[in-house]
Amino acid sequence: MFTSVDDVSARLAETGYLASPAVATTVFLADRLGKPLLVEGPAGVGKTELAKAVAQVAGARLVRLQCYEGVDESRALYEWNHAKQLLRISAGRDESWDATRTDIFSEEFLLPRPLLTAIRGDEPTVLLIDETDKADVEMEGLLLEVLSDFQITVPELGTVTATRRPFVVLTSNAGRELSEALRRRCLFLHIGFPEEELERRIVRLKVPGLGEALTESVVRVVGALRAMDLRKAPSVAETVDWARTLLALGAGTLDEAVVRESLGVILKHQDDIQKAAAKLDLDAL
Amino acid sequence: MTGVAERITGLVGALRAHGVRIGTGESVDAARAVEALGFADRELLREGLAATLLHGAAQRAVFDPVFDLYFPRGVGGPAEGTADREALRDRLARALAADDRALMARLAAEAVDGLGGYGSSPGSDGWSAYQTLERLRPQTLLARVRADVRGRGGGGAAFADRLLDDEIRRRIEEFRRLVGAEARRRVAERRGRDEIARRGVRPTADRVDFLSADRDQLAELRRTVWPLARKLATRLAARRRRAARGTIDLRRTLRSSLSTGGVPMRPVLRRRRPVRPELVLLCDVSGSVSGFSDFTMLLVQALHDQFGKVRVFAFVNRLDEVTGLIDHGRADPDGLGARIRAEATLTGWHGSSDYGMALGEFAERYGDAVGPRTTVFVLGDARTNMNDPNLPAVRDIARRARRLYWLNPEPRARWGTGDSAAPAYAELAEMHECRTARQLGALVSRLLPV
Repeated sequence: MFTSVDDVSARLAETGYLASPAVATTVFLADRLGKPLLVEGPAGVGKTELAKAVAQVAGARLVRLQCYEGVDESRALYEWNHAKQLLRISAGRDESWDATRTDIFSEEFLLPRPLLTAIRGDEPTVLLIDETDKADVEMEGLLLEVLSDFQITVPELGTVTATRRPFVVLTSNAGRELSEALRRRCLFLHIGFPEEELERRIVRLKVPGLGEALTESVVRVVGALRAMDLRKAPSVAETVDWARTLLALGAGTLDEAVVRESLGVILKHQDDIQKAAAKLDLDAL
Repeated sequence: MTGVAERITGLVGALRAHGVRIGTGESVDAARAVEALGFADRELLREGLAATLLHGAAQRAVFDPVFDLYFPRGVGGPAEGTADREALRDRLARALAADDRALMARLAAEAVDGLGGYGSSPGSDGWSAYQTLERLRPQTLLARVRADVRGRGGGGAAFADRLLDDEIRRRIEEFRRLVGAEARRRVAERRGRDEIARRGVRPTADRVDFLSADRDQLAELRRTVWPLARKLATRLAARRRRAARGTIDLRRTLRSSLSTGGVPMRPVLRRRRPVRPELVLLCDVSGSVSGFSDFTMLLVQALHDQFGKVRVFAFVNRLDEVTGLIDHGRADPDGLGARIRAEATLTGWHGSSDYGMALGEFAERYGDAVGPRTTVFVLGDARTNMNDPNLPAVRDIARRARRLYWLNPEPRARWGTGDSAAPAYAELAEMHECRTARQLGALVSRLLPV
């Protein structure tokens, strides 16, 4: 899919995803080694976006499995269409049982769910398994077969093996510790908060109307906030939101009054706002 | 390219020695990654190896210095070097003002070469990061760098300017790190890479000895409280699920077998009543073990929703309840220890710890805090300063509680030496060695009641 790491960065940048060297290298390796990519990091640093960007670059179809507590086989792999099977049985009343039986367990009555869909297709596919940490431990066991051999066993039909390996991205917020077995099957990528230079480029790309000096100040203040050990450190998404807010407010420079008014955009907890205000020498809120 | 394979296995070996679990499959992947990436760009190689070998973000802190040793930037000292301290300081000030990372790295190499060398005969010489930084004193450049940046008008907007000091401090911190890495590299050239990779690289925070951890390490540990608590909560929930399945209830199995003609077709399992266990913590917060106690208190607080009731008591030679303080301590975990020592009555006539007195006071004043559902943890090194260990009080607590555990941050070999009453206490309470956060995590997930 990619020829070099620079190729990855360049093509991701075309879709509006600015990748750090770590991200570009890992995506390149995931493609080369044919291994799934496990992406961890705080909320709002672009984990899900990465999968979407890769799909766009590769011209691949994006299949997404959103994990939640209680997601199970019938939501993730496949399900038999019972209603349709019943109709089929009552429609073919004169048939012998053997004929009916082989017929109702055929592809026609199978409802593929994301994992099976991703494996069966012939076209290039990016499989995004989002928020893996939200799913139960049992679900991880299910993923192991899919991720290491790219195959799924349907007892009535046999084993479905991928003709073309999908590019798999798993994301996790570290809400729960993923099992060692799952981690070992993946390349690991931690996306942290970006370097100042990269973040400036992101702000410039997403909020082009903001002046250069203001962009610089915004990134510096956010950097300082992240060093403060808050309950929820502002992420890239918050930086961009803040930049948009400042643009909407028509602020020319960053001064005390503007920061005080808009601090709520980047910090989501009242204690954080107070702490940050104290550290930044803002007057009492 | 046999050298490459050896490099990789050496790197993997050093990482394993630091507790990173890497299988053979990952080593093979790492080699394939090297093949795909080539050696043209060292940073890409670093990221590639990290992606294939590591399994968690916390391991990165160990990986980076080890990588620097096995895939060094270069060999030997810098081509041109100067031992002139003032010249170096001038150039460093300019590099810090411009935030020029490449130049800072070059200066670190020159500084170690010029100022960090010690010893002369082969075998006893080396390079010391400490000595380099002590002579160069980069922290004293702050004012100069600030003036330099302001003078250029590079500070930009007036508001962001107030962040400048912190930013410069971070840059200086970065420079110190670079000096440390450079000194390690030079020493490794002299003494062998494997040795330095195992000894010279700081272990991850969860493997640092509580008793010898410095302030930075303790602060780093406190940041791991929440992730660790989440991990432990998962394990506790799994244990609880297993425990809830329970054993066969014979009476109800027989009763239900009547409907199938006396043949027990379906076993009925005994159902456990969902009782949330209660927890009492007795923490020695005197100087020597306070790092350990503070961390454990925060961890238990983070786990509090797993329990019906958590009560925390702190003592030095008198004992006081601090449950409320810890509840409020969530906003500011760094100041917790200081606040406990300021707001609770922990010392009587003198300032050194006295286990006998404190445990006696607990049994007397708060005896009703311990019931048949309570698990009691005592945290401390059991060093009584030659006072009476007051074993009857411990016996009394052990009799009333469901379980009594003692977590001792000292290595087992030192129990019973000097004024330690550990062996005497260990006869009454189940005592465990608990020197690192990793050990604590393992103990907590095993010992905590479900």
